[in-house]
Amino acid sequence: MGEVMLSVEGLGVTFRRGGDTVRAVRDVSFTVDRGESFGIVGESGSGKSTVLRAICGLSPTSAGVIAMGGQTLSAPRSAAFYRQVQMVFQDPYASLHPRHTVDRVLSEPLAIHGFDRREDRIEQALADVGLGEGFRFRYPHQLSGGQRQRVAIARALILEPRVLLLDEPTSALDASIQAEVLNLLDRLRAERGLTYLMVSHDLAVVSHMCERLIVMQHGRAVEQLSRDALAAHRAETDYTRSLLAASEGYSPAPV
Amino acid sequence: MTALLTVDDLRVTFPTRHGPSEVVRGVTFSLGRERLGIVGESGSGKSQTGRAILGLTPPPGRATAKVLDFDGIDLRAATPATWRSLRGARMSMVMQDPKFSLNPVMTVGRQLVEAVKFGDTGSRAEARDRALAMLEAVQIRDPERVFRAYPHELSGGMGQRAMIAMMLVTEPDLLIADEPTSALDVTVQVEVLRILDRLVADRGMGLIFISHDLRLVSSFCDRVLVMYAGRVVEELKASELRQAQHPYTRGLMNCLPQIEGGRRPLPTLERDAAWAK
Amino acid sequence: MSALSRREWLLSDQPGSRRQARLGQAYRTWLSFRSNWLAMVGLAIVLALVVVALFADVIAPYDPVIGGDLRTERFLPPLSEGHIFGTDDLARDIFSRIVHGSRLTLMVVVLVAVIATPIGLLVGTTAGYFGGWVDTVLMRLTDIFLAFPRLILALAFVAALGPGIENAIIAIAITSWPPYARLARAETLTIRDSDYINAARLQGASSARILWGHVTPLCLSSVVIRVTLDMAGIILTAAGLGFLGLGAQPPQPEWGAMIAAGRRFLIDQWWVATVPGTAIFIVSLGFNLLGDGLRDVLDPKARK
Repeated sequence: MGEVMLSVEGLGVTFRRGGDTVRAVRDVSFTVDRGESFGIVGESGSGKSTVLRAICGLSPTSAGVIAMGGQTLSAPRSAAFYRQVQMVFQDPYASLHPRHTVDRVLSEPLAIHGFDRREDRIEQALADVGLGEGFRFRYPHQLSGGQRQRVAIARALILEPRVLLLDEPTSALDASIQAEVLNLLDRLRAERGLTYLMVSHDLAVVSHMCERLIVMQHGRAVEQLSRDALAAHRAETDYTRSLLAASEGYSPAPV
Repeated sequence: MTALLTVDDLRVTFPTRHGPSEVVRGVTFSLGRERLGIVGESGSGKSQTGRAILGLTPPPGRATAKVLDFDGIDLRAATPATWRSLRGARMSMVMQDPKFSLNPVMTVGRQLVEAVKFGDTGSRAEARDRALAMLEAVQIRDPERVFRAYPHELSGGMGQRAMIAMMLVTEPDLLIADEPTSALDVTVQVEVLRILDRLVADRGMGLIFISHDLRLVSSFCDRVLVMYAGRVVEELKASELRQAQHPYTRGLMNCLPQIEGGRRPLPTLERDAAWAK
Repeated sequence: MSALSRREWLLSDQPGSRRQARLGQAYRTWLSFRSNWLAMVGLAIVLALVVVALFADVIAPYDPVIGGDLRTERFLPPLSEGHIFGTDDLARDIFSRIVHGSRLTLMVVVLVAVIATPIGLLVGTTAGYFGGWVDTVLMRLTDIFLAFPRLILALAFVAALGPGIENAIIAIAITSWPPYARLARAETLTIRDSDYINAARLQGASSARILWGHVTPLCLSSVVIRVTLDMAGIILTAAGLGFLGLGAQPPQPEWGAMIAAGRRFLIDQWWVATVPGTAIFIVSLGFNLLGDGLRDVLDPKARK
């Protein structure tokens, strides 16, 4: 095991909606090593995406400590944090500004952080995600879903972060496009030594992408297991077993 | 087995700035009292096929066919009155997103009761009982609460089940389910599929199950049509999907990641322009 | 470049530069706008107003303020020789006055748009984006302005500042921004939590950058549509103030003031009041048609 890149200890997130308090995440702990790919699996409402949003400061935390490279994160997050950690969102149709060209999407982060050689970096970022020069000045409505997600990945990578938070990056895509995007993410991780934290409802995708994973249900982490354990269907809890069974497809008899 | 639905050379055309564009190009099949899956990626025309059968092609699109026959009724010549007597009562459609299919300003119960009363003439109490029984049948734990709730008060899975209850409460002969479970969690998905399965087995309903999920369709349906660019490129028994001949079907099967892992990088799908011919 | 290849260049799916992308986008908008003939009529009316105002000195055959011979040229009916719309009680050529009055109308329209739109956008997007007490304070302020009928509030301002066209414009501008603030706030609320705004936050973009570069462009089209549709009302308010003697002062050829002057002779010399009335009607209609057309083209909710 290498050095710890990201650690989450006793994380709790509580939302107030009207008079109710919703405890979206309760006492979730895990660590992600440098260069590792770590998965969070769960169904909708399990709080898996909220964990990601809490890490990058989009959701307020009510308990727990999040640390990057051994240092506890401050709230609000610093500019240096955003150069280290970037996120790819689930829906490529909602994560690109409808009135901004690809060029603008990619040049804005460079301008914010005062990068040099912007032209080169934009061309390089597009080439890295498999999009040619012809895509640079297009608007999102001129792109397909897979191309949009490639742009979103290029946007996340252009700041040269070390950690990528992936929130269901392929669930809005067709199966054949999903394979291409997963291969792309795989290749980028190998080339750049990136650390991934990936959220998905799809066990097969997480098993393909991640070395270790936790399973979340109702805001709690119910089980942590390795890829090998998952591949061998060695799950400890009933819930994980039911997820495994369901991912095999339909079976007429109750499990 | 007598055919419940016969479709021959179905075409759906939309006018665009660059001239008419055909999104469904000559789809032909017949459906008995069975589970038929239509699989394809986005833009393959699978949803437009389902809509065209119900006469719901959104304008300015136009659907044409050589034969479009439902239980002896020629749907091509159906008048609005015929459609009213068929839709809801004898053929129904479950859509992907319940938010767009339930009336947001009516309680679920009222919509269900109206659907029942539309089908036949019973007393209001009778309709209510049937509605509640249907909610229970789609595995809603607290049918009374859902009955009184407005659609926005329900979670996605709950809303989808309420939607399915509404489509099934009239006991239709044909159900077209367009990605009925893709907004649902996998564990809920299985329950919903069991409900559909039972209706086919017990009541002899015909089911057209439209999905992008090859794995799900192959384990759930009896027969599968694989669509690509508006055409059916392959038709086969679901159990024989592993022996699929067409490179597109095989490509779709192969590009899915597996829990058992192994293949890296994943094989991607090389599209051949000839498939669309 | 030939016309055909320029069209292809504009409609290219793979623009090669920022400029081509932007022009192509504008050209697509123009193409869909052009297919709406009512909107084109509105655009033609508004463009005609601008041209007439710019070249008023050339177009008008007479001086708008100094009349002709009071003994022989008073109250000449329309289509008299040399006076296509006739003359008024001071023997002034009504056509020339209408032409010069278009400058005042255009000034009202432009200044109100330039003053009220940015205020409304700024207040609305700020309130919507930050929420909390910022939202409460700004929106209650907006509500206070909204609670007064526009003409009454404008009357009060003009009464305090003194009559005159400049004060009338300031009064109208101050009273017309609240609806734009409301609209911009509502739009901002729907996009504030979207993923592309979150993505911008995650890149460390400042609130000012997000508001200006990401939120405002999306609110702009609906506010512009609303401003255009409101222009008719603004012209009418300006004319109303003129009619009440609180806007443009005699002998300025403001259309509302011309109606007010002409109403005394409405029975016998109907054209004195009717011609400026018709001008107000046509220009208001033009802005309404243009606004409707813009809504069809720009409003994402009206699409499909």
